[in-house]
Amino acid sequence: MNPPRSLPAAARSSYAECSARERIARLFDAGSFEEWLPPAQRVMSPHLAQLGVPCAFDDGVAIGRARLDGRSVFVAAQEGAFMGGGVGEVHGAKLTGLLRRAVVERPDAVVLLAESGGVRLHEANAGLIAVSEVMRAVLDARAAGIAVIALIGGANGCFGGMGIVARCCSAVVMSDIGRLAMSGPEVIEASHGAEEFDAQDRALVWRTTGGKHRYLMGDADALVEDDVSAFRGAAIEWMTQARPALDLATLEAEHALLDARLNEAPEGADAYALWHRMGVPHPHRLGDMDVAQVRELRTSLEGAGT
Amino acid sequence: MKWQDLASALFAAGHGITQVGDLLVGEPEFDGRTIAVVGSADHAPIGVAMALRQARVLLDTVARHPGRPILMLIDTQGQQLRRRDELLGINRAMAHLGCCVDLARRSGHRVLGLVYDQALSGGFITSGLAADACDALPEAEIRVMRIPAMARVTKIDRERLEALSQSNPVFAPGVDNYVAMGGVRRLWRGDLQACLREALADAPTGDHRALEGAQRGGRKLAQSVIERVLRA
Repeated sequence: MNPPRSLPAAARSSYAECSARERIARLFDAGSFEEWLPPAQRVMSPHLAQLGVPCAFDDGVAIGRARLDGRSVFVAAQEGAFMGGGVGEVHGAKLTGLLRRAVVERPDAVVLLAESGGVRLHEANAGLIAVSEVMRAVLDARAAGIAVIALIGGANGCFGGMGIVARCCSAVVMSDIGRLAMSGPEVIEASHGAEEFDAQDRALVWRTTGGKHRYLMGDADALVEDDVSAFRGAAIEWMTQARPALDLATLEAEHALLDARLNEAPEGADAYALWHRMGVPHPHRLGDMDVAQVRELRTSLEGAGT
Repeated sequence: MKWQDLASALFAAGHGITQVGDLLVGEPEFDGRTIAVVGSADHAPIGVAMALRQARVLLDTVARHPGRPILMLIDTQGQQLRRRDELLGINRAMAHLGCCVDLARRSGHRVLGLVYDQALSGGFITSGLAADACDALPEAEIRVMRIPAMARVTKIDRERLEALSQSNPVFAPGVDNYVAMGGVRRLWRGDLQACLREALADAPTGDHRALEGAQRGGRKLAQSVIERVLRA
């Protein structure tokens, strides 16, 4: 792992506060981004227009190629400010096209700056199929030996179908304020009540879906500060370290891990109890720990477990 | 259709498909070869446990029975909406299931999805929508969301959505809409055994859904956008 490093606040550029295009501009080598189907070409959602809903000239995702530490990479960045990064027909097709092109042109990696609530409900059926096409395209890229790195640190998190897609990638990098899950807390609360999941309880939401939890569980491979340069550093590192393509042995190992996780988890849905079971010495203090301390904690847990 | 009736129509008596909890599993004979059946019943929610149970069947099939066709029988209310499942990483478990389907495809198994009752949102992405081809019975229901709920969430008048859904398959639930968009390859009508035989014989190995969506007129832009990205 990276050596623990905490940047002074003044030197940081918050990843969460950046737009998708600002992230691209600051994360990849300066001036290297070449966009495909840029806003000037106005490749937009026909369905939103039918509904009278404002459209975006890029349908909420910027794609293209860039350089990262001198290497050639393909890039996609979802814009959370547009429909929560929701995947519609065009948005999804841009992602799928990018990944299919990666199989042909073989960049050193595909870097997916994921920020999405999942399927865009305004064009629900098309979005659902589109997400499954993106998933297939990610796995095709991995099977072709192309690393696909997901970066998660936007204010809208990474949910729904995109939460599945992220876990199909070769590596997942998260910030401590990033969130990765399936259903949003509001959806679960609407379905089963605030006793099941109080979506207003921010601390509860973070310890159930947030970056520190995901990193401790191994669902995220790297945990970084909410800082664009920290994401850049992790993306460079994981571009070359990413998990190999999937075969029977790796999926058997994944299955054993998930099976053990389920079988050993304490009853209920309490993160503190789960962390305690995992061997975290002071579960209630995790929220106050900084990124470097959480990294050290995971290293010590892995040491204790082997 | 109940899965028992479907199984009886597709396979000879003594097909051996059983329901264990919400899980369907079996190894029936069809046209002189064994088929691996895995699925869910009773509108099962797909949580961590169910995703792993289905994944187990797929991994065992790949490990022990190379090339054996796999039929996924789908009836789900979607992903399990529980905090415990989220805490335990339901998205990772569902991704794992999708990866197991993908592994089977790449290892030379033909993987067919069949929506025999209902398929909703997240529960569909890593089952039928991850298969080589997904078909459906005509009376099945596939959706992300019903129009009243969609109207609430999007704050668009229900009447307007209903009117638009007459001409645009993107907005309303229904298997016909999914066929038009290429997400479902075709509907099984009439002789179900003939349908299965045909489905096994002509399952594609690549993902042609965007192309079919364009050809059928239900998803007019996806394929052209993909092609534009490839040429840009």
